[in-house]
Amino acid sequence: MNIVVCVKYVPDTQAERTFNASDNTTDRVNVDGLLSELDEYAVEEALKIVEAGEGVVTVVTVGPAQASDALKKALQMGADKAVHVIDDAIHGSDALATSLVLAKAIEKVGMPDLVLTGMSSTDGIMGVVPTMLAERLGLPAVTFASDLTVGADSVTARRDGDAASQTIEAALPALVSVTDQINEPRYPSFKGIMAAKKKPVETWGLADLGLSADEVGLDAAWTKVTAFEARPPRQQGTIVKDEGDGGGKLASFLAERKFI
Amino acid sequence: MAATRLMPSDESRALIDMTREVCRKELAPQVDAFERVGGFPEQAFRTLGELGLLSLPYPEEFGGGGQPYEVYLQVVEEIATVWMSVAVGVSVHSLTCYPLAEYGTDEQRRAFLPDMLSGSQLGGYCLSEPDSGSDVGSMTTAATLDADGGGWTLEGTKAWISHAGHADYYTTFARTADTGPKGISCFLVPAGTPGLSFGRPEDKMGLHGDPVAQVIFENARIDADRLLGAQGQGMAIALHALDNGRLGIAAAATGLAQSALDAATTYAMERRQFGRPIIDFQGLAFLLADMEAAVTSARAAYLYAARLKDAGRPYTKEASVAKLVSTDAAMKVTTDAVQVFGGYGYTRDFPVERYMREAKVTQIFEGTNQIQRLVISRQLIRERG
Repeated sequence: MNIVVCVKYVPDTQAERTFNASDNTTDRVNVDGLLSELDEYAVEEALKIVEAGEGVVTVVTVGPAQASDALKKALQMGADKAVHVIDDAIHGSDALATSLVLAKAIEKVGMPDLVLTGMSSTDGIMGVVPTMLAERLGLPAVTFASDLTVGADSVTARRDGDAASQTIEAALPALVSVTDQINEPRYPSFKGIMAAKKKPVETWGLADLGLSADEVGLDAAWTKVTAFEARPPRQQGTIVKDEGDGGGKLASFLAERKFI
Repeated sequence: MAATRLMPSDESRALIDMTREVCRKELAPQVDAFERVGGFPEQAFRTLGELGLLSLPYPEEFGGGGQPYEVYLQVVEEIATVWMSVAVGVSVHSLTCYPLAEYGTDEQRRAFLPDMLSGSQLGGYCLSEPDSGSDVGSMTTAATLDADGGGWTLEGTKAWISHAGHADYYTTFARTADTGPKGISCFLVPAGTPGLSFGRPEDKMGLHGDPVAQVIFENARIDADRLLGAQGQGMAIALHALDNGRLGIAAAATGLAQSALDAATTYAMERRQFGRPIIDFQGLAFLLADMEAAVTSARAAYLYAARLKDAGRPYTKEASVAKLVSTDAAMKVTTDAVQVFGGYGYTRDFPVERYMREAKVTQIFEGTNQIQRLVISRQLIRERG
């Protein structure tokens, strides 16, 4: 089974994150970045599927030069090969354009049996690229899978809601986005790190995908960030002094805010 | 703050990143419980072993990582910044593999080394005895060859053994002739050997995640092919192995000192007295500056020795210098970290008192710092021919 996993290089959520002042886009260059943790679950799931049978795991990313670090991590975990789509014109792309670039890249890799993604990025947190990508590739989309079983020509996924779980089956080829409940991503072992050095990484620009600069980037985006400001510092909490009526005060505090 | 490291290759940079991630996510959550209560952190070693971190400096053909000491030691330092007991354990395990890797025959290496480097085994290093510490040549544990030469029988007691009772094998030094230091030989003793037993773990000041105990040999018989090197070569093997082990201890002590410095700096920037952070007072800021200088020079000392070793140059003197400098630095920096924290530093609510207790033993084990001075001064004389 051939699997493509879409991965994203994101600013480290534990580091200081910022925007570019010139165009209000996320600063991806001057911050510490890494493979989005939510994408590690997709990589792990792909590796488990291939290890249980056979096949090739290809990881694909769209991003600036530093994004190769995300690919490297996925290769160290055990993916077989990687594709890096890099082009200055892609800077500032919205989810629609991102899904377009990913779709073209996956078509160029060769249509796989399964496309896996994380449930969302940890920076943009829109969570729409998986379905957009499925639409462009003409694949059924199964999103937010917390359990996945792959058969010969179909996948069965469990989607956990607050009150109930759905079990969904889709014919292969399909796209599945996975949650952080589906598995426990492995660390790259030292052997994995050494092996990754020899694994192929293809680098493609827009022209290689038959796309033109005006189809992507900030100018083609349907939405624009017009302004940003730092979140105001957290206000000090309210201290209630218990003079025998503490319980009542606590209850009315919660009731005012409609928690009870 | 993570130390700035100039790594020699892309893969070693990735190795450091991986080590930091694993230490943060897998080891850090376990440290407090083990260090308060004591116990052998089996799961931590299993995790490190599975990731290939227990065999980095040994040849790839036997399952090692084929990494230079410069890289291996920085991994040990990173582990020590999170968990000193485990870093010491990694260093000790490396030490136990050295006699076989360097002095074993090809046949012995092929037979025993892959398992020892697989990541699923740990070793113990049985050199000291209750009455034989710095004076290694006075050991009394004896190994007697069968009349038909088919095996050896060991008799005696070893002391201060890390991983005692938990290890899979024990690299053991024993007397094979009554000729003082020249009558010592080295053996590889499997854990299941009949006649092998273990004492009660010592009640130590610190490093509670590194239980040490006596290893007792009573009529313990091993096969003839378990002798490493020649009869009588044991003392030389032990000392060469310790040159390496000392570098591991130097790296671990550096990591411990780094942690103490980091904790103290963070605290000094947050703690306010007289209306400002205490780091604004020069008397305290200079204390931190001296701590930084000590950590940096400790790291420089062990890396210098490691690079000499990696280049195939003599490094005995530099290894002892590194052990002396970095463990003294660890003692000073951890003590001063407690000072920076004031009364809070003296409580177990903060980790610095633990760091201070852990630092003390680094001045003692794998050759006391007095023995390091002996090694260094003897090398000075030897260099003059």
